[in-house]
Amino acid sequence: MMRRVSLFAVGCALASGVLLGGQAARAERLIVSVSNHRVTVTPNYAGEELVLFGSVEKDDKTPSNRGNYDLVVTVSGPRADMVTRRKERRFGIWVNNDYRQFLKVPTYLAIFSNRPFEAIAPPEVQRRQQVGLKNVLLTQRVGPDYADVVPDDAFRSAFVRLRSEHGLYREATAAVTFLTPTLFRTGIPLPAEVPIGTYGVDIKLFADGALVTRTETAFEIVKVGFEQFVATTAHQNGFAYGLVTAFMALMTGWMASVVFRKD
Amino acid sequence: MQLYLPIADIPVNVFLILAMGAAVGFVSGMFGIGGGFLMTPLLIFVGITPAVAVASVASHIAASSFSGALSYWRKRAIDPALAMVLLSGGVVGTALGVWMFTVLRGLGQLDLMIALSYLVLLSTVGGLMFWEGLRAILRVRRGVAVPLRRSGSHGWIHGLPLKMRFKRSKIYLSVIPVMVVGLVIGFIGAVMGIGGGFILVPIMIYLLRVPTSTVIGTSMVLTLVTMIIATMLHALTNHLVDAVLALILMAGGVTGAQFGARAGQKIRGEHLRLLLGLLILAVGIRFAVELVIKPEDLFTIRETGGAG
Repeated sequence: MMRRVSLFAVGCALASGVLLGGQAARAERLIVSVSNHRVTVTPNYAGEELVLFGSVEKDDKTPSNRGNYDLVVTVSGPRADMVTRRKERRFGIWVNNDYRQFLKVPTYLAIFSNRPFEAIAPPEVQRRQQVGLKNVLLTQRVGPDYADVVPDDAFRSAFVRLRSEHGLYREATAAVTFLTPTLFRTGIPLPAEVPIGTYGVDIKLFADGALVTRTETAFEIVKVGFEQFVATTAHQNGFAYGLVTAFMALMTGWMASVVFRKD
Repeated sequence: MQLYLPIADIPVNVFLILAMGAAVGFVSGMFGIGGGFLMTPLLIFVGITPAVAVASVASHIAASSFSGALSYWRKRAIDPALAMVLLSGGVVGTALGVWMFTVLRGLGQLDLMIALSYLVLLSTVGGLMFWEGLRAILRVRRGVAVPLRRSGSHGWIHGLPLKMRFKRSKIYLSVIPVMVVGLVIGFIGAVMGIGGGFILVPIMIYLLRVPTSTVIGTSMVLTLVTMIIATMLHALTNHLVDAVLALILMAGGVTGAQFGARAGQKIRGEHLRLLLGLLILAVGIRFAVELVIKPEDLFTIRETGGAG
């Protein structure tokens, strides 16, 4: 009998929790859109900027005292495995020695917010919500295990630094601007070297140091033109590509011997 | 004019690459060599990764050696039998070289091995050539008659079994050393992105006693076939052949070679060897410097797995 009562109590608590949670989630809604869902990269593409627009929709359940919203936008490109190697001096020359393998990490990663991450949420929330490059999960293979390491690990920071130098990893804490208290925009810079594929955009809304709601959108980057055709063929049809290249070499050589024939 | 190289994945100036192709072509025409040992390092110094440079230069050398081989064929300066025996070793060597290339790339040691091989090979060959050229010049200055180096005794090579008569070259020689030479050149060529002519020709002259009338044409046939195979294998296994880059190099190279050949006829043989030796030595030293000075960034990233 006692047991049934306690179960009932738990059930009530759960139900109300779900209800409350649901209410909280429905209190604000994010509506977002990117300026272009399909970016085509042509051979003379020198990088461009995509614009993300959005607004925070309040309803009657929104606490009336809620004023300051914070936004963190995370753009992540297609994932790939990468190896970071470190050179060391051996017998007087510089040799690749130690290395770390990064598994299924984003090839492009941009994290934007409207103000410094520390001001948006406490460190614990930042970590849980992967706010900032130092909190993003970058899985490494460590022996037989898979784990992320501390942010100031030499290989992890070198990895982030090298990607940042190419403009492929970036974070900016003043990139999101609120046009009105609820309307916001941010630019997503896409450098010339952007990898092709599907990009996910994750928009998180914070208020009073806690995550309020989040939404996602996506866009696609496709490369067009002769160069891309060559690259795709080289990877997907190596044999035909090799044959064509070899034939091209023979033709060029033959033409030269005809054009410059002396005898 | 900027052009994006699809495989090398970097934008380059077309005229810079064209000029490099022409300059190397000029040098190769002048000295009668393929020029891979200059082309590959130049591309590396410009910022193209060693792996792509090696794989793409293979097709460039194929083009220049084909035009060379055609003109030697017309002059009947190719020994087909000798070329076939060299090739039987060369094909195996090339396949081994590409395999080695793939293994080293997986280990992350390819760039180092390419730099080290260049350093060793270029400083040895360059040093020897420089020394040879210098001695020849001094001898001429002193008025000493240049001895014909045709009388040395290479007993052990001529004592090997499986002898064969190479009619056009008028030599009677065991096929074993010929195949071994082909194998070694094919291997080195595939790993380093060179035709190997500048090593092969001296070996054939001094070790195998191939007469000068057929040596260059025959070595060009070996270079041509091994480089075609290397291009195919690099395209198949590593997907690193940049056809756009190769085409620009070829266009510049074959043109430059014509002017180089004319310039080369005006310079004395020993001066030519001295110059070539210096050039090779300089490239070797450049690699040594690269290896010894502390790199700007100790870390490098390479993608290993596809998106998923």
